[in-house]
Amino acid sequence: MMVTLTIDGQIIHVERHTPIIEAAKQLGISIPTLCHHEGLQPFGSCRLCIVEAFRGNRSKLVTSCNYPAEEGLTVLTASDRVLETRKMVMELLLARCPDVPGIRRLAEKMGVEAVGFKKKGDQWCILCGLCVRACEQMVGVSAISFASRGIEREVKTPFGMESDVCIGCGTCTYICPTGCIEMTGDPGPPGHRVMDMGDLALGSCSNNHDCETCDIDQGFLDKMKRAIESVRL
Amino acid sequence: MEKIKSSSQLEHYRESIVHKRDVGKKVIRLCNTGCRGRGSSKVAEALENQVREANLDDKVTIKKTGCHGFCQIGSVMVIEPGNILYQKVKPKDVPEILSETIVKGEVLDRLLYRDPKSGEKIRREADIPFYQHQSKTVSHNTGKIDPTDIEDYLAPGGYGALDKALTTMKPMGIIETVEASGLRGRGGGGFPAGRKWRSCREAPGIIKYVIANGDEGDPGAFMDRSLMEGDPHSIIEGMIIGAYAIGAHEGFVYVRDEYPIAVEHLSKAIKQAESLGLLGEDILGTGFDFTIRIITGAGAFVCGESTALMNSLEGRVGEPRAKYVHTVESGLWDRPSTLNNVETWANVPLIINRGAQWYADTGTDTSKGTKIFSLVGKVRNTGLVEVPMGINLSEIIFDIGGGIKRDKKFKAVQTGGPSGGCIPMNKIDMPVDYDSLKQLGAIMGSGGMIVMDENNCMVDTAKYFINFLMYESCGKCVPCREGLKQMHEILSNICEGHGQEGDLELLQKLASFMVDASLCALGGTAPNPVLSTISYFRDEYEAHIFDKKCRAGVCRNLFDYYIDEKLCNGCTLCRVKCPEEAISGEKKKPHVIDEEKCIRCGICFSLCKKEAVLVK
Repeated sequence: MMVTLTIDGQIIHVERHTPIIEAAKQLGISIPTLCHHEGLQPFGSCRLCIVEAFRGNRSKLVTSCNYPAEEGLTVLTASDRVLETRKMVMELLLARCPDVPGIRRLAEKMGVEAVGFKKKGDQWCILCGLCVRACEQMVGVSAISFASRGIEREVKTPFGMESDVCIGCGTCTYICPTGCIEMTGDPGPPGHRVMDMGDLALGSCSNNHDCETCDIDQGFLDKMKRAIESVRL
Repeated sequence: MEKIKSSSQLEHYRESIVHKRDVGKKVIRLCNTGCRGRGSSKVAEALENQVREANLDDKVTIKKTGCHGFCQIGSVMVIEPGNILYQKVKPKDVPEILSETIVKGEVLDRLLYRDPKSGEKIRREADIPFYQHQSKTVSHNTGKIDPTDIEDYLAPGGYGALDKALTTMKPMGIIETVEASGLRGRGGGGFPAGRKWRSCREAPGIIKYVIANGDEGDPGAFMDRSLMEGDPHSIIEGMIIGAYAIGAHEGFVYVRDEYPIAVEHLSKAIKQAESLGLLGEDILGTGFDFTIRIITGAGAFVCGESTALMNSLEGRVGEPRAKYVHTVESGLWDRPSTLNNVETWANVPLIINRGAQWYADTGTDTSKGTKIFSLVGKVRNTGLVEVPMGINLSEIIFDIGGGIKRDKKFKAVQTGGPSGGCIPMNKIDMPVDYDSLKQLGAIMGSGGMIVMDENNCMVDTAKYFINFLMYESCGKCVPCREGLKQMHEILSNICEGHGQEGDLELLQKLASFMVDASLCALGGTAPNPVLSTISYFRDEYEAHIFDKKCRAGVCRNLFDYYIDEKLCNGCTLCRVKCPEEAISGEKKKPHVIDEEKCIRCGICFSLCKKEAVLVK
């Protein structure tokens, strides 16, 4: 079923339940995001893609990556309330990862000059979950996941041990918006790659490093790499 | 056990239970759940052994019940007939209880409760002020029946509501009744239960689920636990009725694993109900099938949030889902699901039995029925209290709770758990209902009530709850995870004496951002402790930030202890106990604290019987 909605004054017809961010894209309106990827299920964790959705006179802030298009919906993607909220998200992320170039660039672009918060971190990971979801939904192996909760949340292999299901495809490295998963050569057998993210150890090859008989489709990996890079920050 | 296949068979079975009970026998009702913390298991063991040894089996029945509510005076024992309440019962009291009260019918004066106000001993449970001002409705069975024996639940009419609903009512009729009763969710949100059921019934889909939320995670709250432990069948009966109304055939009870007695009693109750044909296939011969499974959670506070709970039920990481579709349409395994708190479910049989009007007669315009609160903190009588909606906070704290310990000054009451708010003295005449509490910047939550006195620092209180949430949120979204971290940093700085101008404004800005931008209700309500304390106790924040003073004597960098020489009688206790040898003075002469040496550990402050140690 097609529905009609208004985004920043422009009218658009889309399939019902299309995420607002997709509908906006069709109108050439770009909404910033750090955790959304077309190839993955919406996650709604970074809250950067927040927009203001109106029903009658009432409005609320919603994340455009997963807010479904409904008939008669009016959306503002850059109202003062939206911009203030996004700035605060960036300010908090900048306090967490002050040294990450991608985050600094985006913050600057959004007009965040100084960070008012005292607590500064030294992390590179923003916990957007792109790597975790890509590994689960694209690659299908779930070599990494989130562990712990609250401020102790982190991305990890099960029990922090070297993963025995990682195929070394590098998807997590390609998709990471902050570059915190490094792909390094391994001193071990040829063809063995290691992704470094602090204590995160990925790298066991499911095929015992026998690339000759490997059934992982190289074309698939190349395609994935291109797809991911085309929508990178 | 033969399965019950009709209303008349249920009635017949009930009559046979009542008939075989010996009305001449005395009954000892001993709390065997909450009071286990005070050794009631040992009391029960002593009772059972000595009754057997003395051949008193034909004279007395020992009933190991759920929580009586008055946890302050545990282990609690009530003897019928006579409604005699014995407090703080120890195993050594058992021989005398049996020989005097059970055999001779004499009341043991020394075990009776003494009313601190009048100084008089009170013999009957019902005459104790703590109970007098309550209206036990949902919790009427807890403390009365043996929760591990379905016959105890059946005897006074249990499962009668299920029979009535299944044999005389249509699903829509049940939903209309629950809607008309005005029952709202007891887990915190206060969403109208009937409307939720209707949406779930009307949602497309063949397979639907009902779920009971027993993941009570608020520090200091234990009302859901008491219901699951003390009256599990009321929850099960409510769930079956709800499932029938919604059109569900599978149900789940999500209980935290830290509640082993709740898990044990619920499991037993489900087995017993199944063996009687009250659960399972063809319930009461009506053709309606319904099963319940218990799932234990691993104790994450966030798993009380509905979508996180469903994720956890599915075996996934317990974190809220980012979805703008209601769980009544797409919940557990993306199927229509009705999730209610266990207390909400336990209300349902009462509504079906006595009608929507009866239920709606209690409470305020928008909040109906009664609510169980766990009353804890600096109040004289701590425990579980059930009161009608609309009662004043002051009635709960002063009439039921008996006022503040050691006659200190009341400062605030924190309602609604970690994401609730602190309500000050000048607002405690407000009625307790969903909307009034929200208006005050607090929430009903699941019903925690923490009373604080003049020695509680409100900045430190806000910091405590923010710290709890910082570790107990899921950590998925930026506003909640990073926002709480920064909030905690600012509050810690203020408490350590490093607060600066602008901190309060930054806290408020961060708070309103978190309300607006967080993924789930946990993040949306997490700033409440900060916002409510700033709005009601701004002077205390300002004293911390500008005067560098914590007048409550909590934030160690911001106060000094001194001894009032007029009050000090020179007992030397403080001098002897001070770990830093910071106190000097001769016997029977006023003592002095050396501020340089004092580490403000508070030992002298809490030990001094003359209350001569003061904060400046």
